[in-house]
Amino acid sequence: MRERPLSPHLQVWRFTTSMAMSIANRITGVILSVGLLVLVWWLMAAATGPASYAGATRLLSHGFVQLLLAGWLLSFCYHLCNGIRHLTWDLGLGMERHEAKRSGVFTLIATVIITLAIGYLAFFARSAA
Amino acid sequence: MSLRTPLGRVLGHGSAKQGVSHWWVQRLSSVALVPLTLWFVFGLLGLPSFDYLTVRSWVGASWTPVFLVLLVGTLSYHSWLGVQVVIEDYVHSHGVKLAALLGSSFVHAIVGAAGIFAVLKIAFQGA
Repeated sequence: MRERPLSPHLQVWRFTTSMAMSIANRITGVILSVGLLVLVWWLMAAATGPASYAGATRLLSHGFVQLLLAGWLLSFCYHLCNGIRHLTWDLGLGMERHEAKRSGVFTLIATVIITLAIGYLAFFARSAA
Repeated sequence: MSLRTPLGRVLGHGSAKQGVSHWWVQRLSSVALVPLTLWFVFGLLGLPSFDYLTVRSWVGASWTPVFLVLLVGTLSYHSWLGVQVVIEDYVHSHGVKLAALLGSSFVHAIVGAAGIFAVLKIAFQGA
């Protein structure tokens, strides 16, 4: 069979913000897929009994795992904001280059604000949760 | 000279007329996940603590298990679709790609089933 074209050709494109944000959407998506495993594992622990839930809590409150949770929060906020940006494109809105650049900057700012707000409420406002 | 018919030679190589459907369900699930995930995050933030009984009584309370089942199901579906596209784009060896797609499908099926089972078990058992 003849070789058929494959995507993506990472080497041939000039680096742009739009492209970096697009690949970041994929990377955060994959990170969140791993986070889904943790979420379901946590739910299963809560469904199994007090002992397994205590084990899950012990692991989740470990410093390194808390750092991972912060990473998942950042990934979630980015994937959410940029996902909404993608949905507006799917509606045919904001496809001009300057508009896409502007919505990209807006997405990054919104991501930082939402991440910090939820992060503050989750990690600091509720001490020793 | 091959015994294969012209139809047999092209089947499975090009458009299977499923591209639009994949695109559509990816969008459908993403639209659903905007309110579902935000509801989940603010639901967790609203809990006074994450101890065993508090979490279980929240998971089992009135409409919460319904939306948690929808959340876990939609997340697994959306994740399955997304990981599938990533594998198809970056894994070029045919055998490895097939194995990765199978593995991702099975893992996502287990994750979805386990998540829904856990929520329902807590809901039916009570806190």
